Amino acid sequence: MLAACLVASPALARRPAEAAPKPPTNDDCLACHGDPSATAADGRSIAVLPDKFAASIHGQSGVACVDCHADLATVTEFPHAEKVAPVACATCHPEAAAQYDVSVHAASRRKSPNSVAAACKDCHGTHGILPASNPNSPTNHFNLPATCGRCHGNADIIRRGHIAVGNVVTAFQDSIHGWALAKSGLMVAPDCTDCHHAHDIRRKSDPQSSVYRTTIPATCGKCHEGVERRYLTGIHGEALSKGNPDAPVCVTCHTAHRIQRAEGPAWKTQVLAECGSCHPESIRTYHDTFHGQETQLGFMRVATCADCHGAHDIFPPRDPRSTVSTTRVVSTCRKCHPGATASFARYDPHADKNNRQRDPLLFYAAKFMEALLIGVFAFFGIHTVLWASRAVKPGHPMSGPDGGPRSQE
Amino acid sequence: MDQTSAATGAMKQYRRFDRYHRILHGVLMFSFLGLAFTGMPLLFNDAPWAVRLAGLFGGGHAAGVLHRFFAVLLIGCFALHVFRLMHRLFVKKELEVLWGPASMTPQPRDVAELIANLRWFLRLGPQPKFDHFTYWEKFDYWAVFWGMGIIGGSGLVLWFPVFFSKFLPGSWFNVALLVHGEEGLLAVGFIFTIHFFNGHLRPDKFPMDPVIFTGRVSEHELQEERPAEYERLLASRQLEEAEVGAAPAWVGSLAKGVAVVAVSLGLVMVGLILYAVLSAGL
Repeated sequence: MLAACLVASPALARRPAEAAPKPPTNDDCLACHGDPSATAADGRSIAVLPDKFAASIHGQSGVACVDCHADLATVTEFPHAEKVAPVACATCHPEAAAQYDVSVHAASRRKSPNSVAAACKDCHGTHGILPASNPNSPTNHFNLPATCGRCHGNADIIRRGHIAVGNVVTAFQDSIHGWALAKSGLMVAPDCTDCHHAHDIRRKSDPQSSVYRTTIPATCGKCHEGVERRYLTGIHGEALSKGNPDAPVCVTCHTAHRIQRAEGPAWKTQVLAECGSCHPESIRTYHDTFHGQETQLGFMRVATCADCHGAHDIFPPRDPRSTVSTTRVVSTCRKCHPGATASFARYDPHADKNNRQRDPLLFYAAKFMEALLIGVFAFFGIHTVLWASRAVKPGHPMSGPDGGPRSQE
Repeated sequence: MDQTSAATGAMKQYRRFDRYHRILHGVLMFSFLGLAFTGMPLLFNDAPWAVRLAGLFGGGHAAGVLHRFFAVLLIGCFALHVFRLMHRLFVKKELEVLWGPASMTPQPRDVAELIANLRWFLRLGPQPKFDHFTYWEKFDYWAVFWGMGIIGGSGLVLWFPVFFSKFLPGSWFNVALLVHGEEGLLAVGFIFTIHFFNGHLRPDKFPMDPVIFTGRVSEHELQEERPAEYERLLASRQLEEAEVGAAPAWVGSLAKGVAVVAVSLGLVMVGLILYAVLSAGL
């Protein structure tokens, strides 16, 4: 290999100095770099596999080595100096580069030269770049979670990059989206870029981010358009539109990366915690009634929040559109209790025995039961203690000084 | 105890409970324990033992199914008892069911005996001379009777809410759930502490009184504990009629086994309830 270089070099050196030097051809470069065992002085591989390059999008479209390694276009001395300029993808891909420039990755790299944040080649590769449409490309729809996961699933990089969200790759893989992508092989299942974008990935705290709190419904709505529409009409969407900072968005209930099927039992209990994070009082009263008691034991055939209140288009009970409004509550009960009537629907699924205004009958029943329990246990508690102390005596248990010994006289 | 058992060996035995009552009490015990153990996990669903106890029955759903099975059994006992009472009263015209020493009806002498017994506890007077049923036995009986109506009734409402909504507004289901739980707690707490003490655990009976299993009391016990009954039977020459042979040995062994298991289970339940109530900081 070295011999080949030495042979090639004088030919290149012989170029006339006055004319612009003819840039080296790909063959010139591969004469040295095409050897799979080619290494730099420090032992680092500098090989460029000719077949791999030829199969790449750049190889296919006739891009020359020096189109990217532009600093080598004018070099006349070979072997060239070991230090070469970084490749500027922006020369040919100005749009992607401009998008990348505003990303959290670019910001991190600008801030620190030792940043672990991804540059172009970390996702796309170098000499073997394949278009995303190619199934073997690291940026292919089905490969992307693994590509992002090289950093976002790597504990060392997560630590060094101070990535607050932690390992999102395993969370995503176990989510409904991850399953749809990896197991069901759905083109419509989202990969990372569908929510986060590819080049202009921004922090969720950045108002221009696709995952900024108020933008999330629109981002999810790209696929779940019908749900977004219902959400925006409901009380939660309305609160968000009015600028309520506590208004829940999609990820507040569904989480971002761990999204589960809403039909499963895991979700039916999970939703109690999600709704409860804003509505603790409703969860407390729910747990005091039959549905809530059963749910505590893990019995999942009873109603949890969404079964009565709906999910995305939740309205306050006084709104006739609400599933628990007086006009609709009976049909809501009938989902589980066929034959339910208006009388049946007067059951309070959030009854509070301490609230006289809301549940007067229950309030007084609770007070009566309390008095009954205390009365019975107090009376018989004292009765029992007195009896026990009277009966525990030396000698015959039934004898007593006042009653006199009554046993077999 | 040694003195008592030595005495009973030679003593005559008298019938206190017939076979019907003993079997009925046995089924009642079985279903009551079942109801307590399948129901309490739901009432104390926050307690750390709730999910595990329900898990012993196959989870919350299975515990609910079993609870209904035991409920049907207990309602059956209750119906049989009421049916027999009615039969005795209306067909056999046994008016002593309504009044007198053989009746469960609370009577003036019960109030007098309660006061006298409390005075005896406090060493202010002699122990009253009880007849066939004492006031605490009548309380036990009526507590169960009232409990059957309240717990059974509310339980049926909770089991068939759609049917009952034809007669009751839904707000009564809230009351039914509360009352079912609180009455259940009262019944379980009462039976597993007060009834166990009165019947079995008090020092002069400890560890158990086999009378509900054997149906027999010794002459000594009858004289000791129910002198009024003994004297009444003696005076009316009915004592010989009430005399029976000794219970077969296997009945005694079975009684001991069943009572030990039932009392232990009951005390475990009391422990679990106390743990739940105290750890919830009520």
